[in-house]
Amino acid sequence: MTETTVTSPKLDATWPGSANAVGRWLGQCLTLAEMELRKLRRDPTELLTRAIQPALWLLVFGEVFTRLRAIPTGDLRYLDFLAPGVLAQSVLFIAIFYGIAVIWERDLGLVHKLLVSPASRAALVLGKALSAGVRALSQACIVYLLAWLLGVKLNWHPLALAGVALTVLLGAAVFSTFSLIIACIVKTRERFMGIGQILTMPLFFASNAMYPVAIMPDWLKAVAHINPLTYEVDALRALMIQGGATTYGIGVDFAVLLLVLAALTTVSSRLYPNLAR
Amino acid sequence: MKILETTGLTRRFGDLTAVDHLDLTVDEGEIFGLLGPNGAGKTTVIKMLTTLLPPSAGSATIAGFDVRRQPARVRAAIGYVPQLVSVDGALSGYENLLIFAKLYGVPRTLRRQRIAEALDFSGLSEAARREVRGYSGGMVRRLELAMAMLHRPRLLFLDEPTGGLDPVARQAVWRQVRLLAREYGMTIFLTTHFMDEADNLCGRVAILNLGRLAAGGSPAELKRSLGHADATLDEVFAHFTGHSLEIEHDGNYRDISQTRRNLARLG
Repeated sequence: MTETTVTSPKLDATWPGSANAVGRWLGQCLTLAEMELRKLRRDPTELLTRAIQPALWLLVFGEVFTRLRAIPTGDLRYLDFLAPGVLAQSVLFIAIFYGIAVIWERDLGLVHKLLVSPASRAALVLGKALSAGVRALSQACIVYLLAWLLGVKLNWHPLALAGVALTVLLGAAVFSTFSLIIACIVKTRERFMGIGQILTMPLFFASNAMYPVAIMPDWLKAVAHINPLTYEVDALRALMIQGGATTYGIGVDFAVLLLVLAALTTVSSRLYPNLAR
Repeated sequence: MKILETTGLTRRFGDLTAVDHLDLTVDEGEIFGLLGPNGAGKTTVIKMLTTLLPPSAGSATIAGFDVRRQPARVRAAIGYVPQLVSVDGALSGYENLLIFAKLYGVPRTLRRQRIAEALDFSGLSEAARREVRGYSGGMVRRLELAMAMLHRPRLLFLDEPTGGLDPVARQAVWRQVRLLAREYGMTIFLTTHFMDEADNLCGRVAILNLGRLAAGGSPAELKRSLGHADATLDEVFAHFTGHSLEIEHDGNYRDISQTRRNLARLG
């Protein structure tokens, strides 16, 4: 170690010009996502344990309700109707508990280290959102596999698949950013777990994931309409399933998700530095 | 040239004044030590200087940039190794370096060479591909120093760099810190509550007690000021703060549980 040869002793930590600000900003987001991908590659067991829940929903709930024909889903078989909902649900579960990982990073010193880097706060937050998206995409592969095994009529058109991937990324980004905001406020794992559990079920049930909004009582309809998950499921239903249709239009779905993401990112960029105080 | 300058730097948490009108200067190229027992406000000072915590009053400039008004410029000029563990245990040493090289904007053409050099510098070339959770505490610290040098910061902040390390690992960290100052010309700002560490490493120290500056100068000057030739830095400390480090405050519950957790995590 004492024999170290110093090849570039010049201290050149510099202030980058504004010329390629956007590229640098995107680079910072992608770097955080790359970090997540590398972790996932080193320990893929989580992917398998996370596959259990969607498998149960599709296999047990889906199969039984398909036989019952209790839920009016138009021309779609119930299982086909449910598959996008289950995909959205597993994305939601991954994303909403993402704050735990951030609290973990805080208990170590990683958050401090990230916040002292030249990366912008918004880039750090969106990088985290993209990381959740990476995880969510790996989960989407598993849901597709399960759905295909159960005979769900999936739409394999490349554009439809790309649309699903984009929706999954957006959905994961929305709910992980929301999760980050909660993490910044509660700051401890114990409190976070409680709140996370309180939130997930209402978000899931007050959406069109398992049944159409049309059959809901009015008060629940109102809740479902302000629930971003509804728009995520709506887009997924149109893109993922042969013969699937959107209620609000894919343009509206994406617009709502993007707007919510922009608002949540703005708030969490402001709150994120609190984690290091 | 002054690379760091604070004037009346103050931080309050509710009724508690953690840092009270601190005036400090650090020259380019020196190893500067901020000494004090746990709870003296050392970490609060570092957090304000690294832009993590806004000051309640007063100002600080680093490399000519104001920490409050130009935080992004300050961040681009400094490196920081927090007291807590700041590497990702689920990644290899190499991957940790790669991610931070990218995040710190080390140009693509320099990345590979810088990482190789940092690994060599910290004696981690052989362990580079192993997951960090298998590293010893000393190896983790050396990796953190390696990460902090990737972007060649002008000023490097080290918060309790040898906390929880055994004597051999401490020596290795000291060697590394000295090399960063000598070979790279980096200015080092470190906090410690170990007097031998300050004596060994620092050209100049400041003693912080209950958020206030109690004394400052080179270790030799401070010892001389006590009036007898063979004074130790421990005695200097006791003289200026009114208590010895041996009966230091133990830190609060959170500090202790966190330190223990981190040590346990590192195995």
